[in-house]
Amino acid sequence: MKIPIGMEDGQDNPIAQKVKAAYPDHYIGATLFRGDLAIHIEKSAILPICRFLHDDPDLDFDYLIHITSIDNPDAAARFEIVYELFSIRKKHQARIKTRISEAECVIESVTSIWKGAEFLEREVYDMMGIRFNNHPNLKRILLPDEYPEGYPLRKDFPVEGRGWRDTFEFIEP
Amino acid sequence: MGLTGKFEANYITLTVDNAVNWARKGSLWPLTFGLACCAIEMMAAVASRYDIDRFGAGIFRGSPRQSDLMIVAGTVCRRMAPVIRTVYDQMPEPKYVISMGSCATSGNIYNSYAVVQGVDRFIPVDIYVPGCPPTPEALMEGVLRLQDQIMTRKVFVKEA
Repeated sequence: MKIPIGMEDGQDNPIAQKVKAAYPDHYIGATLFRGDLAIHIEKSAILPICRFLHDDPDLDFDYLIHITSIDNPDAAARFEIVYELFSIRKKHQARIKTRISEAECVIESVTSIWKGAEFLEREVYDMMGIRFNNHPNLKRILLPDEYPEGYPLRKDFPVEGRGWRDTFEFIEP
Repeated sequence: MGLTGKFEANYITLTVDNAVNWARKGSLWPLTFGLACCAIEMMAAVASRYDIDRFGAGIFRGSPRQSDLMIVAGTVCRRMAPVIRTVYDQMPEPKYVISMGSCATSGNIYNSYAVVQGVDRFIPVDIYVPGCPPTPEALMEGVLRLQDQIMTRKVFVKEA
C-alpha cells in the first residue's frame, strides 16, 4: 500500500508482522505515525483479527480505547473506521484501520470481544451512520432517537444543521 | 434596649411599587443552571472572595420552585432546551433571567447543528452579561443592573 505523506512504513513492526502472518489475505499494510502503529486490514476480517489481537498471549490487547470513523467523500471506499487498541499488561499500542463504502455501510460489531465497544459503536452510528452487525442495542446515543436530519459528522452535512436547533416545538404558543 | 421609648414614632412615605421592588431586588434567590465553564465563574462569584450575597443574590437553590432568578451559564445545546424551558416554567412569579456569557447569549463560536443560537429563542431574558466567560465582577454588574431594572417595574399595574 502507498504510505501517506508524513507517515513511515510500519511493516517491520512485530505486531504488524504477527497479524500479517496470521491473516495474509486480509492484511493490507502498516504505517507508523510518530511511533504509533496503524495496521490496515480488510473489513471482512475485522472480527477474527480483533479476536486474534485480543486472545494472542504475545499481543494481549485487552483494552479498546476508542472507535472512531473518518469520512473521505471523494474516495471509493468512503468511510474509514479506526480502532485504538492498548495492552495494559504488555504496554503496547496498535491502531486498526479498515475502509468501507457508502453503498455497503455496515461492519461486524466487536462487542463480543470488548464489551466497552457498545457505546463507542453507538456513537459512530449516531454521527456517521455506519451500522454494526450483531450489536446488542444499536440506536443513537447523543442525539434524540427521532432526530430527523441524518448523520452530522458526514462531510456533506451542513455545519449549522438543517434547522433542528432552531425549532422549539415544546413552547406553547 | 436603652433607646426604647426615647423617640416619637417615625414614618417614611414611599410608593407601594418602591417598597415591593426594594424587597424583591434585595432578595434574589438564583437558580443554579450551570451548563459549561461559565458556571465556574458563577461559583466564584458566590464564594467568599467575591461574595455576591453582599448584593442580596447569594442564596443559590437547586430547585426552581424556590428561586426567582435563573442564571443560564454556559452553552445551550438543543437537547437541553426543553429542560431549561420546563425549569423556567416551574419558577414562581416574579422571575428573572440572566443570560451569562456569549454562549447563552448568542451561541458564541458554536455555530453547529446542536447548539441553540441564544437562550432568548425560547425563554425571555432580562439581562445579558457578555464575556467568555464573564468575570465574577461582570456577573455582579449584571445582578446590579437587574436590580436597577426591578426598581423601575410596576407591581400592581399590568405592564404593557
